[in-house]
Amino acid sequence: MAKQNMVILYGTWTIPYVKRVELTLKVKDLRNKSPMLLKLNPIHKKVPVLVHNGKAITESLVIIEYIDETWKTGPRILPQDPYKRSQIRIWASYIQQVNEAMVMVLKTIGEAQENAIKEVSEKVKLLEAGLKGLFPDGIPSVDEYSKNVTLLDLVILANLGGYEAQEGVLGVKIIDSEKTPLIVSCITALIELPAVKESWMPDEKVVAFLKFFRENALNSAAA
Amino acid sequence: MSQVTVLGAWPSPYVYRVIWALKLKGVDYEYVEEDVLHNKSDRLLKYNPVHKKVPVLVHAGKPIAESAVILEYIEETWPQNPLLPKDPHQRALARFWIKFGEDKSAALFGFFMTEGEQQEKATKEGQEQLRILEEQGLGEKMFFGGDEIGMADLEFGWLAWWLDVMSEIAGVKVIDAESFPRLHAWIQRFKDISAIKEPLPDRSAMLTYFKGRRATFLALAKS
Repeated sequence: MAKQNMVILYGTWTIPYVKRVELTLKVKDLRNKSPMLLKLNPIHKKVPVLVHNGKAITESLVIIEYIDETWKTGPRILPQDPYKRSQIRIWASYIQQVNEAMVMVLKTIGEAQENAIKEVSEKVKLLEAGLKGLFPDGIPSVDEYSKNVTLLDLVILANLGGYEAQEGVLGVKIIDSEKTPLIVSCITALIELPAVKESWMPDEKVVAFLKFFRENALNSAAA
Repeated sequence: MSQVTVLGAWPSPYVYRVIWALKLKGVDYEYVEEDVLHNKSDRLLKYNPVHKKVPVLVHAGKPIAESAVILEYIEETWPQNPLLPKDPHQRALARFWIKFGEDKSAALFGFFMTEGEQQEKATKEGQEQLRILEEQGLGEKMFFGGDEIGMADLEFGWLAWWLDVMSEIAGVKVIDAESFPRLHAWIQRFKDISAIKEPLPDRSAMLTYFKGRRATFLALAKS
C-alpha cells in the first residue's frame, strides 16, 4: 500500500476529539478515495493525530480544517462565506469549554459536583442561544444534513452526542429537549445520517465507559 | 466612515494581533477604546454578548469576536499580503502553533501572577513551553511564518513587547539572548517591521498599568 494518499487516524472511540475527526472523514466519504484506518492503539502521545502522506497533524479543529482544505470535492465542512465561517469557528471552539465543564461534573461529587453542574448548565444555555442565532429557521432536517454538515454540527455530535448515556450515569439532565431543544434536535437529526449511524457507539458501551471514567476519577481524587 | 471597526483595550496583546493584521494588509479601520475593567460600553455588550471581551472586529455592521477567529476572517476577507501559507499542511502547522499559544497561556503568564517559590516554579514551567516553541515552532526560520511574518508570529507578538515589561515588573528574567537565542533574534526582527512597531503602546504607560494588574493578581491569590 503506497504511503501516498494514505490517511491514518490515531485515537480511541472514547475521546470526543477523536470522534470529531472520524466523523469528518466519514462525512467527506474519504474511504473510497484513500485507504483509511482508525487505529486503536495510538503511537503518538496525543490523540487525535492524523497522518497523511507521511505527515502528522494534531489538534482536532486544526485537523478538520486541514481535511476540508485538502479534499475539496464532496461536502464542505465550512461554508464559503467568511462571516458564516467565523460564527461556526467561534461556537465550535466554545464547545471545548462546555466539554471541560461537563468533565468536571463527571469527576466530582457533592457540593463540588453541584457547582460543576451549575457551571455547565450556564455554558450549555449560552450554546443553545448561539445555535438560535445561527439557525433562525430551526435546525436542519436529516435530509438537509445529508447534503451539508458543518464543523460545528460534527463537534456538537462528537462532544455532546452521548448526553443520554451521561444522564444515565449521573442521574441529572443537563441537555434535554426542554432546556436545550436546539442542541437535542441537532444531535437527533445527525445521528440518523448513514455516515454517523454505522460507527455510533451503543448507549450501553458509552454508559459503561463513563461509569469507569467517573469511578477512576473519584478514586484518584480520594487517594 | 470606515467599514471596519476594532473594539479594543490598549494594554491587550490580543487586540494588537488584530491591529497588526489589518495594518499588514493595508486595511483602514476605526479604533474604539473600551474600558473593559470598569465600564464596558453598550456597544461591546451588544457585539459580544457571550463573552463581553475585546477584541471585537465589526465589518459592515457584523461583529466577530475571539482574536484567532478574527485573524482567520481578516485573512479570508482581505487576501493581499497573506498571513497563512497556501499549502494545507503548512497551514495546519501554523494553526497548531496558534492553538499552542492559546492553550499554554496560563503556563506562559504564570510568572507574572505569582511570587516567591510559586514564581520560581511558574517561571520554569513557562520557560519549558518557550523552549518547545523556540525549537519546534520557530526552529531555523526567520519568522514562525517562514521567510515572511505570518499569523503565528502575531500570536506570539506579546513576547516582543509585553514580556519585557512584565518581566521587569515581576523581577524575573524569562528570556534573554543567551538562553533563547533564536526567540531573541526573532523578537528583534518582529519589532523592526513598521506595521508592528508603529502601533505599539507606550512603555511607561504599560509599566504603570501592568504594575497595577500584578498587584491585583497577587492580592486575589492571597484572599
